[in-house]
Amino acid sequence: MSTVATRSRADAVPAPAGDVILEVRNLVKHFHIGGGGFLGGHAAVVKAVDDVSLSIRRGETLGLVGESWCGKTTTGRCILMLERPTSGQVIFEGRDLTSLGTAELRAVRRKIQVIFQDPYSSLNPRMTVGQMLAEPIAVHAIVRERKARNERVQELLSVVGLLPAMADRYPHELSGGQRQRVGIARALAMEPTLIVCDEPVSALDVSIQAQIINLLENLQNRFGLTYLFVAHDLSVVRHISDRVAVMYLGKMMEITDRASLYAEPLHPYTKALLSAVPIPDPAVEATRERTVLKGEVPSALNPPSGCVFHPRCPIAVEECKSVVPGLKEMRPGHHAACIRL
Amino acid sequence: MENLLEVRHLRTQFATAGGIVRAVDDVSWDVRPGETVALVGESGCGKSVSALSIMRLIAPPAGRIIGGQVLFKGRDLLTLPDHEMRDIRGKDIAMVFQEPMTSLNPVLTVGRQLTEPCEIHLGMTPDQSRTRAIEILGLVGISDAGRRLRQYPHQFSGGMRQRLMIAMSLSCNPALVLADEPTTALDVTIQAQILELRKGLSQRLGAAMLIITHNLGVVARYADRVNVMYAGKIVEQGTAREIYADPRHPYTLGLLRSVPRLDEPKREKLAPIQGQPPDLTRLPQGCAFAPRCAYAVERCCAEIPPLQVTDGAHLSACWLAGDLRERAAADAKLAA
Repeated sequence: MSTVATRSRADAVPAPAGDVILEVRNLVKHFHIGGGGFLGGHAAVVKAVDDVSLSIRRGETLGLVGESWCGKTTTGRCILMLERPTSGQVIFEGRDLTSLGTAELRAVRRKIQVIFQDPYSSLNPRMTVGQMLAEPIAVHAIVRERKARNERVQELLSVVGLLPAMADRYPHELSGGQRQRVGIARALAMEPTLIVCDEPVSALDVSIQAQIINLLENLQNRFGLTYLFVAHDLSVVRHISDRVAVMYLGKMMEITDRASLYAEPLHPYTKALLSAVPIPDPAVEATRERTVLKGEVPSALNPPSGCVFHPRCPIAVEECKSVVPGLKEMRPGHHAACIRL
Repeated sequence: MENLLEVRHLRTQFATAGGIVRAVDDVSWDVRPGETVALVGESGCGKSVSALSIMRLIAPPAGRIIGGQVLFKGRDLLTLPDHEMRDIRGKDIAMVFQEPMTSLNPVLTVGRQLTEPCEIHLGMTPDQSRTRAIEILGLVGISDAGRRLRQYPHQFSGGMRQRLMIAMSLSCNPALVLADEPTTALDVTIQAQILELRKGLSQRLGAAMLIITHNLGVVARYADRVNVMYAGKIVEQGTAREIYADPRHPYTLGLLRSVPRLDEPKREKLAPIQGQPPDLTRLPQGCAFAPRCAYAVERCCAEIPPLQVTDGAHLSACWLAGDLRERAAADAKLAA
């Protein structure tokens, strides 16, 4: 127990704040679909992520928000190297992951873990919770001895607020919140520094979401974790993030610290998103102004020319149809991609 | 005002391997003409089963409505012969289901699915029903209706399918629409569009609406009156303003406190409801919420609190409903 406990404590020492732990430079991920196969058909390219750059400092939480097809999940998967980026760099602790070989990547991957949206489909139904937590510890030879490994499993369970007896349960015997706690414990088993949280609470009941959010925050303080928090719920993202990035159709629209994004959003898309979030108070709702966007999110197969947001944008002008806006620093640390600003 | 729909002591249960589940357990609520009423609660609380019971769509033999009345314009739907019930479904009461893709028929054109109810319920000719379908697609904001009618559901996007569902539900001018909310199916900006559309249309057409959701924000924006459900029972009932400004049940209070709000300063910590949602096959003897309740006293674990008036039309099923406000205020002071 003692060695395990020492390790956890060593992890708890916060690294010097401020150094950049992850930098994504001009990330591009294209998916080729259809065409050339048995049935022929047209080949097409989905630009899931199109020239996205971001950085995360050690110990902070970067919220990544957007609607379907915006590329937020693909960005997360490229950082995890579950998808090979088409181009661009993913620099983690000084090393470009896109240039690493399989063996090197495997070692680095330990440090970058993931928590998925649906805790049920991401757990193996034929393994007990204990087996699921012990396996990666054994595979990566973090704890070699079986007895110590079991102790580590017990410790992980208690860290995420589960009873020791849960080790013998199968996923179907757990509630949604408990399953997500197992998912979190499994990520922690690797003693990571960065965790990609892909919609970690959106599949959970409202009363359970707050439990999991508080747990994630506690773990961050305790183990000095860095989070990339991918989500579509802007209220939750505001609560948990230090900085927030907004994506739309594979492009970065706006990125800044939490306070400025929510108090003084610059991009018309961010404004519309914020206005669409209903506030749980009828008195506030009755007096609130809202911008309801027209139209739908266009297909990523055939994105609009110029600024991808122009067909739905309330302030678009003729020029927006042809000019692709770059991300510009409008105020210190506050970047937005819009030619009307 | 006369009630359009009165649900009285409705009880629906399911036989499962784990035992009898009382999904809806002695529940009463009503809807007046033209108003929007919300059933709020988390998964498994019985809100969707309530709506399915009204439509008599509970599948036997596992599921059974074992008691109560569903009075629609004074007639008890639960005792109607099947053919009369069929006349009501889709005509007087329409339902919008959670998943548009599973509730639209993938092998029929959209046009056929829109015209069929008009022909069956309203006795329209094919030409009349086609005109009606084009008109109603226009109402829900689907352009190029003539071409769209020949298409199949898979050729529509998620938001468009949701619009289709609304179009179908409104095609026969129902007096009541039961809308089971999409949870994560729709994007934020599309959800806003759909909700605004539905609110506008129900006002224009004078249809009453029951919205079934777990999203407290949606309820705050659209509902006139609210029923909060927990473990098959209604635990609090009142106008939206009463429920949000002065919650009288610890579960409602807990739900409101556990969600971060965009219009309030960021809190250091969220205040979650402790514990796990209840297992309906093994409910405790007393109040089902007692094991998770921060204010529970001894009586809560022994006796089930009845739904009682706290003030006016505001009802709560809690032994402490009377002084919950003081306790919550003391709590908040302590936390600060």
